[in-house]
Amino acid sequence: MSEAIGLWIGALLTLGIFSFLYKDNPLYKFCEALFVGISAGYFVVISYWQIIVAKMVDVLRVGFDYWIVLRYFDFQSWLPLLGGVFGILMLLRLFPKIGWISRWSLALVVGTTAGLYFTVYLVSNGMMQVKSTIIPLYVAGDMSTTIGNIVVVLGTVCGLIYFFFSKEHKGVFGGVAKIGIWFIMITFGASFGYTVMSRMSLLIGRMDYLGISFGEFLKLLK
Amino acid sequence: MRREVPIAITAVVGIIFLMSYFTPHFPLNVLHNSATDIFMIIAAFSILLGVLNLVRVNLEKISKKKRDWPFSIVLILGLLVMTIVGLGFSKGRNFMELGTNFRYLYDYVYNPLSATMFSILAFFIASASYRAFRGRNLEATLLLVAAFVVMLGRVPIGYYLSSWLPTNYHLGDAASWIMNVPQKAGQRAIMIGIALGVVSTSIRIILGLERTYLGGE
Amino acid sequence: MNFFEKLLVIDRRVIFLFVAVAIAVPLFFKVNLKVDITPEVRKVYDIMENLPEGSKVLVAFDYDPGSMPELQPMAESFIRHCIRKKLKMIIMGLWPQGFIQANQALEKVLKEEEFKDVKLEEGVDWVNLGYAAGNEVVIERMGSDISAVFAADYRGMKLGNLPLMKGVKNFSNIDFIYNLSAGYPGTQEWVQFAVDKFGAKLAAGNTAVQAPLIYPFYPKQLLGVLGGMKGAAEYEVLMGIPATGVKYMFSQSVAHGVVCFFVIIGNLAFFLTRGKRKSGGQK
Repeated sequence: MSEAIGLWIGALLTLGIFSFLYKDNPLYKFCEALFVGISAGYFVVISYWQIIVAKMVDVLRVGFDYWIVLRYFDFQSWLPLLGGVFGILMLLRLFPKIGWISRWSLALVVGTTAGLYFTVYLVSNGMMQVKSTIIPLYVAGDMSTTIGNIVVVLGTVCGLIYFFFSKEHKGVFGGVAKIGIWFIMITFGASFGYTVMSRMSLLIGRMDYLGISFGEFLKLLK
Repeated sequence: MRREVPIAITAVVGIIFLMSYFTPHFPLNVLHNSATDIFMIIAAFSILLGVLNLVRVNLEKISKKKRDWPFSIVLILGLLVMTIVGLGFSKGRNFMELGTNFRYLYDYVYNPLSATMFSILAFFIASASYRAFRGRNLEATLLLVAAFVVMLGRVPIGYYLSSWLPTNYHLGDAASWIMNVPQKAGQRAIMIGIALGVVSTSIRIILGLERTYLGGE
Repeated sequence: MNFFEKLLVIDRRVIFLFVAVAIAVPLFFKVNLKVDITPEVRKVYDIMENLPEGSKVLVAFDYDPGSMPELQPMAESFIRHCIRKKLKMIIMGLWPQGFIQANQALEKVLKEEEFKDVKLEEGVDWVNLGYAAGNEVVIERMGSDISAVFAADYRGMKLGNLPLMKGVKNFSNIDFIYNLSAGYPGTQEWVQFAVDKFGAKLAAGNTAVQAPLIYPFYPKQLLGVLGGMKGAAEYEVLMGIPATGVKYMFSQSVAHGVVCFFVIIGNLAFFLTRGKRKSGGQK
């Protein structure tokens, strides 16, 4: 019974959101505000149980036990305390007068990200992609792979030339850049096709959910 | 002080991560791991910052009776209900087990709302395609043709439309070829370009040349 | 205004109605269309088939309910495969909602006919580590020490007390990683850190929006890709258990046909009225 009621709540909320398709209305605004509020509440609960309790309280308890029982200062176990301090500095952003101190936490985040991204993007998105493009331009006995490899290499090189804006796209260089743009247009076309597929899939899921909810309603009537 | 300390922190942390990639030994590995552990906790507090800011903005909206302020009450109530149920009325750490109040709210309120919000994009993408997708020139036509082949080739209808063609020449095969050959090439060129951009921005941030993340003042 | 000019300025709600009908009506017909299998999906299936019993598989649920229709069928198929092959599942999520989606998928699969008598013990056959904040930094840290990120599972049971996690220190003790991803953080981050830095074996299931961005990593860095609902349907066919993915393919086909139809009509109307617009047109 509670599952049937739940399905019905979900169905009504779904229809509330869909009502926006006709025009903006108070029901849609209600559902939208509820969604934002419930999402925020969800994040609070997850942050509390999965991070604050699991990663801070539990770990600090271990460090505290080590200190009390063994008089041993385990650096790793006390690290969440430092993390907590930086975290609270981050929260001070809410107060304009002392908000500048949140930059210290932000600086740590930005520094970590910059340091990590420098190497991983260079390796995974740069060098490994170049390595994957260095493929044989002729494969004996396999014409389709040969053509495919040539197209991949040509497309990658021409695409990269298109993005080189330090030289004017004229003459032979401009011609190669033009081929690059054709490949990029095919890329965007394929991306568009997949985007349509994705959005339609989400809608199909919702329509099926409404169908299941309606089925439950009919069962209740019987 | 207000800008110099953060720039110094960014530089030091950035250099630690850079160097530890090449020499993952003591003391760099300890510093690296410590910075990572602190990062993960700051990330959790960032989530809380977002929520607190949301509450602050909406409370201000309610107090000043700005446009649509009653819906801010709905927002705050939704937040409070979900938080109180999750923290106090759902078996503690087993809050997401089937049968708990929190799980009930997740399955029958949060889930439908979240899924539906993204699904209405399907209508808008169909409408936008109809109104704006025009084969005005060669490039636009290439985009259009690629989109058509992928849209039809990636669903069973593509097989039924092209089953009369020889094997390996069906719409599905054409869509596969597009994804694995020209699309991959174009995507790779974009990816390499982005990688170079990210690398240069990262080094600028570490060297303190890029300071926009600090904001004003 | 002639017919084609009227077509160009048609109310968008008419288009919405067509789309809604195109998607809703096929759902009433139980039509299972032929789903052809792509090599990138078959590779994932073959890797799983070749994993010995007892192998440890890390399944990363990096999505929220917004991507459920595409990724949940993939998750369910993958869990079915793990149970069938008696593989050990280590579940986690980089998105806050991911690990709950994992539980939903597991609960659904264990109610099915083939699996309802299977007794899976939490901590022995599967474990849900929960959510960790930090995006790619989490993956990076797990590469050296998983317990530094997850000291316990989502219920609070210490990893050291769980038989499944004994001897699992980092990615080198995991046989295969499967990532279900809807965006950031997701497959790209798993490739950058788990694969390229720590040498892990990875395959991914992505939303159709993300799939084109992931193809450059295939096949050198990513062993296989399931893209969108079609990918989910393909995996279900390979498993021999047609489920949600296959069921939705009819609706998906009709919807795509309708979008293509609208684009053709829009272009037709545009080009047929172009001459009139160029010459200044008369009402």
